[in-house]
Amino acid sequence: MSTIRFLLRKEFLQIFRNKSMLPILFVMPVIQLLILSFAATYELKEVSFTLVDMDRSIASQQLISRMQATGYFNLIEEYTSTEHAIQEMDKGSAKLIIIIPNNFSERLKTGDKSEIQLIIDAVDGSTAGLIQSYASSIIADFSRDIVTKTNIETASFERVSLKSINLIPVNWYNPQLDYITYMVPGILVVLVSMIGLFLSGMNIVREREIGTIEQLNVTPISKSQFMIGKLVPFWIIGMFDLLVGLALARFGFGIPFLGNLFTILIIAGIYMVLIQALGLFISTITDTQQQAMFIAWFIMVVFILMGGLFTPIESMPGWAQDLTLGNPIAYFIKIMRMVLLKGAGWKEVYVLVLILGSMAIGLLGISINRYQKTVK
Amino acid sequence: MNSFNGFVVKEFKQIFRDKRTLVVLFGMPIIMLILFGFAIRNEVKNVKIGVLDLSKDAVTRELTQKLASSEAFEFSVYLSTYDEVEEVFKAGEIKEIIVFEPNFSEKLTLEGIANVQVITDATDPNLSNIVQSYTGAIIRDYIQELNYQGTTLQQGIQPTIKMMYNPELKSVNLFVPGLIAVILMLISALMTSISITREKEMGNMEILLVSPLKPIHIIIGKVLPYLVLSVINVITILILAHFIFEVPFRGSYILFFIEAIIFILTALALGVFISSVANNQQTAMMVSLAGLLLPTVLLSGFIFPVESMPYPLQMVSHIIPAKWFLIVVRSIMLKGSGIEILWMETLILFGIALFFMALSMKKFNVRLQ
Repeated sequence: MSTIRFLLRKEFLQIFRNKSMLPILFVMPVIQLLILSFAATYELKEVSFTLVDMDRSIASQQLISRMQATGYFNLIEEYTSTEHAIQEMDKGSAKLIIIIPNNFSERLKTGDKSEIQLIIDAVDGSTAGLIQSYASSIIADFSRDIVTKTNIETASFERVSLKSINLIPVNWYNPQLDYITYMVPGILVVLVSMIGLFLSGMNIVREREIGTIEQLNVTPISKSQFMIGKLVPFWIIGMFDLLVGLALARFGFGIPFLGNLFTILIIAGIYMVLIQALGLFISTITDTQQQAMFIAWFIMVVFILMGGLFTPIESMPGWAQDLTLGNPIAYFIKIMRMVLLKGAGWKEVYVLVLILGSMAIGLLGISINRYQKTVK
Repeated sequence: MNSFNGFVVKEFKQIFRDKRTLVVLFGMPIIMLILFGFAIRNEVKNVKIGVLDLSKDAVTRELTQKLASSEAFEFSVYLSTYDEVEEVFKAGEIKEIIVFEPNFSEKLTLEGIANVQVITDATDPNLSNIVQSYTGAIIRDYIQELNYQGTTLQQGIQPTIKMMYNPELKSVNLFVPGLIAVILMLISALMTSISITREKEMGNMEILLVSPLKPIHIIIGKVLPYLVLSVINVITILILAHFIFEVPFRGSYILFFIEAIIFILTALALGVFISSVANNQQTAMMVSLAGLLLPTVLLSGFIFPVESMPYPLQMVSHIIPAKWFLIVVRSIMLKGSGIEILWMETLILFGIALFFMALSMKKFNVRLQ
């Protein structure tokens, strides 16, 4: 037992003596959590649009002021020709052009179909989709109001009673559709995973690259003692960072913790072991820190992108969804969101935890097995 | 000059001997592009929905049918009571429940208005928003048809929609430029910073510094291989994007490569700068990771639109080179813009490049402490 204690002491001394690493380990995650959580949002703020109004009627003005009144759209410029408006869009100033033809109000009065054109900058397809659906629904509302009004005025009674279905949106778990609530737990997972994976991934390779591993190999330290000595310090640091992050999420961002905090901590403990086992595994298949880091980074990017953090896993094609079954980050993000935001308990998450647990044991076994004390 | 050549040859050999890194170096852009192209998308498709039909009449059945047949949704369950909603949402598979009020079609015909409740699992606010607006559009279409059934009369305003630059709304078109930026940052900044600190950590830096090579030669020799690798990777991505994903390239290739070189130089300068501050590879890696890669991914507009960010972060994004590079590359590729539109962004990018090059030259120490 005392061997492990000395090893741990050595590792901790090494970590805390490296002054340039300390802020990276303890301050950087906090700053990142703060910045990234605010940055990661698809929320549609005010959309700048331009207008080509060839009708210049009361109806067209009403429509435009209705659009602006919703707070989603902001008129920045009026042009007299469509070409000119499109040229300006090329420069990227407006995301939407509304073109109102000159017979717009005329046709509304006579009860004919009246057309307007929306040109949307679709470089960002998902934003374009949102712009389209917001604009269409405002126009549809406006259209219904004006049609009912003209029908009453022209007394065409058989057309007065337009039917409508009233849609009542209800948003569960996150009634304000607050994006930060959704992102913070996920970003926290990514930050602690990065610290765990990179540090444990580079640590053994570093001993090997510098040559100090030989000194350790000739001591009576056993393989598993050595591994424990390498794992525990970063496990503690990772858990510490997670706790700080959770505190920040709770008290800084006001994220509701509907589920049990202990459940999260126990699962996080298992998860950190898994991530470090992965780091150790990378350590055992590489020779230099550069290699280890590069491979760790590559794995990390794939895990993050396929983890459901930024884009929902549901919108991936089937085979890609199957791939995420081997992605620890995807599991932990899912668990965090379920427990923190929906108040799920063991009943809902135990299968996911079992998977994480068996991955951790498997990977740890493999990497301890692969680590050789003898040098070829 | 001869010793300089020798040095460059050494650097190239060192990189090309490390087969594992090379595989990742060339494999990564390909895998990332494939992931982005096929797997990572914002489009909403086959979202599982449930229906709680308290009316069970012809209209609600028809509406359910309409929703189920849409591409966006996949009908998966009929609920029978309101209490089941919570259970279903907690299990996590179903994202939306549509509740038709009792006597739906009666109300619709007699009172002219009927209520439908659309409950979404809003833990993902974006998905919930999109799903709701899709549902709204389908119901609107249905009521439109109902109102004008049997008549040829079409009243009201009919918007026609034209999606500029990316008519099929493909996410991959948006992601490819961002991917180029990320990979260039990764190879140019990260690898350079690591390879220079490696010399420091291993003690080889002293040998280099006492050699007749000038510091500028050492820097150039170190960054040159990565410049070459970066350019090769950019070309690979462009070819793949063009032939597999049919991402359009409407603008000028020459302009594109000039911009890419400016961006690579910025990234290399950043790499050299980091290596002059960091003493070991671990620090260099964590600094490049936290200081360069995450901002490049998250603050540049690669995944999340800059306009959606809070104002202070939009300010921060101005100093991120990748942001300007992204604007430029997206405009060149998707809009076909030329220098007459992009001169300002190019100038800013160039300014940032010069600044960091000057800074890293100044910081690069000839003496070790």
